Amino acid sequence: MGDLFNKFDALIAQREALLSTGLTDPFNLVMEEVLSPTVAICNGKRTILLGTYNYMGMTFDPDVIAAGKQALDEFGSGTTGSRVLNGTYRGHRDCEDALKHFYAMDHAMVFSTGYQANLGIISTIAGKDDYIVLDIDSHASIYDGCALGNANIVPFRHNDVEALEKRLKRIPEGAGKLVILEGVYSMLGDIAPLKEMVAVSKAAGAMVLVDEAHSMGFIGENGRGVAEAQGVIDDVDFIIGTFSKSVGTVGGFCVSNHPKFEILRLVCRPYVFTASLPPSVVATAATSIRKLMHGADKRAHLWENSKKLHAGLKALGFTLGTDTPQSAIIAVIMPDLAKGAAMWEALLNEGLYVNLARPPATPGNMTLLRCSLCAEHSSEQVDQILTMFTAAGRATNCIS
Amino acid sequence: MTDRNDTATRVMAFIEPFNKKGIVVTEATRFAQDLEWDSLTVLDFVATIEDEFDILITMNQQAEIENVGQLVDAVTALKAA
Repeated sequence: MGDLFNKFDALIAQREALLSTGLTDPFNLVMEEVLSPTVAICNGKRTILLGTYNYMGMTFDPDVIAAGKQALDEFGSGTTGSRVLNGTYRGHRDCEDALKHFYAMDHAMVFSTGYQANLGIISTIAGKDDYIVLDIDSHASIYDGCALGNANIVPFRHNDVEALEKRLKRIPEGAGKLVILEGVYSMLGDIAPLKEMVAVSKAAGAMVLVDEAHSMGFIGENGRGVAEAQGVIDDVDFIIGTFSKSVGTVGGFCVSNHPKFEILRLVCRPYVFTASLPPSVVATAATSIRKLMHGADKRAHLWENSKKLHAGLKALGFTLGTDTPQSAIIAVIMPDLAKGAAMWEALLNEGLYVNLARPPATPGNMTLLRCSLCAEHSSEQVDQILTMFTAAGRATNCIS
Repeated sequence: MTDRNDTATRVMAFIEPFNKKGIVVTEATRFAQDLEWDSLTVLDFVATIEDEFDILITMNQQAEIENVGQLVDAVTALKAA
């Protein structure tokens, strides 16, 4: 009789080999204390956080915290129920209103996580006979949504407008078509040419869904994302987003102007068959979203941070995921996993936390040190970060 | 049958630039185990086949294709559809 766990043997061996060198496990870090959006205590040491998705630094905002505490007092610790039964409180509606206002759209639907938002919306609107055309580097939640709905999946080369257009033209006449794109691709921090892609998708009669998880609050004049920045947000049928990045808590959502959108609340299984978010979470989310609408100064400072770090790392001789800073994510490409893990540990010893990303999450089997900046990082902290990269890079022979 | 033979010849020719190991390719050759293609190579190869034959091979169909013979069958069927 076969052990069902045998399929993990290769991964277990790879992990054991890596840890046998005495390296700190990059996937088992514990933050003992969190002092601010940008500083935590890890292994007893004060550590600058450069690997969170806290882009707008809202996690310790006094208004956000106060709203959460008030909701805890007034509505309790949890809803213990589905949105469609006993799990919709005033706060859930208020949160959806905040989203409608933020995006200037007619409908908003809040899910318990961003993963579930993609899983739910994609699997519900694209079924067995429909076609989903998507970028090959799409997030796992998008692929899982495609699989759950059993749609025909057609991938195209990352950010390749012509490859998308060709595939749209080959879809059988009359079949339902959904194109799925992301505003910012989180591994390399590059953005999509949404203007061109949305245009060819619409010309082919497809509906368009854009995941703006990594751009909300930061990119676009009102922080609505890459589709806003490139002037095509009105042609996007569905925007998927999350509360676990710029908003600073947890949860996911979809906003849309589709006239029949509300029916999804009854037919979308990852929305119906799970408990709704706790009242304190939707209260913090709604407060944060309303504040993000007026975050122009923070957005400007975050762009400065991104540009400064990108230029500094490039000057040090690191290979980066993008030629120019395109988002709040800057990916440093490492030659292999061993070198990447060594560099990750050296940075941690310097007092800097970044994300170590590796296959299969990364495109092209790359090992990455992913840096994500926060609007609350001071210019001095960015200088410190560059000093730490210099020391760690030299200690591990990643740079000369 | 000639149509299938013609397709097989063309598919084999398109495999060659991706045959980094330089192995002898037959209809029994498997893409993952024998040619050791990773997901990016598969994407590039499938895109080449799709463009050359003006067809779509969905990921759902790709999951059913393990070896060269199965790909030739799939392409032949998709062209006829």
